[in-house]
Amino acid sequence: MKLNYILPLASLIAVSAFAAPQTFDFKDPKGVNNAVFKLDAPLESVTGSASGITGTVVFDPENPAATTGKIVVASESLTVPNPMQKEHLHSPNWLDTAKYPEISFETKSLANVKTDGNVTTADVTGTFTLHGVAKDITAPVKFTYLKDKLGARIPHAKGDLLVIRVNFAINREDFNIQKGQFEDKVANEIDLSLSIAGAYATP
Amino acid sequence: MKKALRLLALVVALAAVTVWAATGANRGWTKTSVPVKTLDEVTGIEGITYQKKFLPGVDFLAVAFAGALVLAGASLFFRRRPANTKQPNNP
Repeated sequence: MKLNYILPLASLIAVSAFAAPQTFDFKDPKGVNNAVFKLDAPLESVTGSASGITGTVVFDPENPAATTGKIVVASESLTVPNPMQKEHLHSPNWLDTAKYPEISFETKSLANVKTDGNVTTADVTGTFTLHGVAKDITAPVKFTYLKDKLGARIPHAKGDLLVIRVNFAINREDFNIQKGQFEDKVANEIDLSLSIAGAYATP
Repeated sequence: MKKALRLLALVVALAAVTVWAATGANRGWTKTSVPVKTLDEVTGIEGITYQKKFLPGVDFLAVAFAGALVLAGASLFFRRRPANTKQPNNP
């Protein structure tokens, strides 16, 4: 009699544990995670990247629509190949990295969620904060859930990986970055793309 | 001195063009590092690292040409040495 209760309960607990949302840590020990930015300029487009990425995302493979999280990019890690451009970029006139050390995106909701195998696409809405200005934006996002693949990346580690790819564009004026200035030299629109992998380690 | 300065200006300009052309004739701004992409085979993410490398651009050429122009301009302040100082003898 007791067994009739215990077995379904145990199964339920096992299924619940298996399907529980997982918290993925995006501090990448391999340093591959990156955010790329690109903006037009007269002589050549300015392309740079940032590598100082941290944050966590709670992802449930059984229910990707419930995904939440926050990704933070260290402003100081923004790099362009030209040293003078980099100096300007970090300076108080542009990003003011000393005053605003973080660029972040925090999810609010996901819409149009479609899952095909281990890939989920959706439109993510969240708060993007840059140069001390927070604005809600919506962008297409792609999640790739790589079950049991953490060990393939980090030897002796066990767990899963979650790869997130998102592309969107912002206007620097919206974030009070040299508003109305230098429009003939640096484009207002900035293309941003984020390619990051987070790890969920199991004991 | 006049000739030496002009020759130096020419050398500076030619050297700048040679260096610029030899490093790939970059028509953008001068760079002191170049992005190197590496593929993470597990995640498929293209990682970006920066390798220190001097890649002269059009600003490098502009500075070099400006320097050459200053040298050439400075040469104008030197008088040309008279070719022959000996006066013809009067009969």
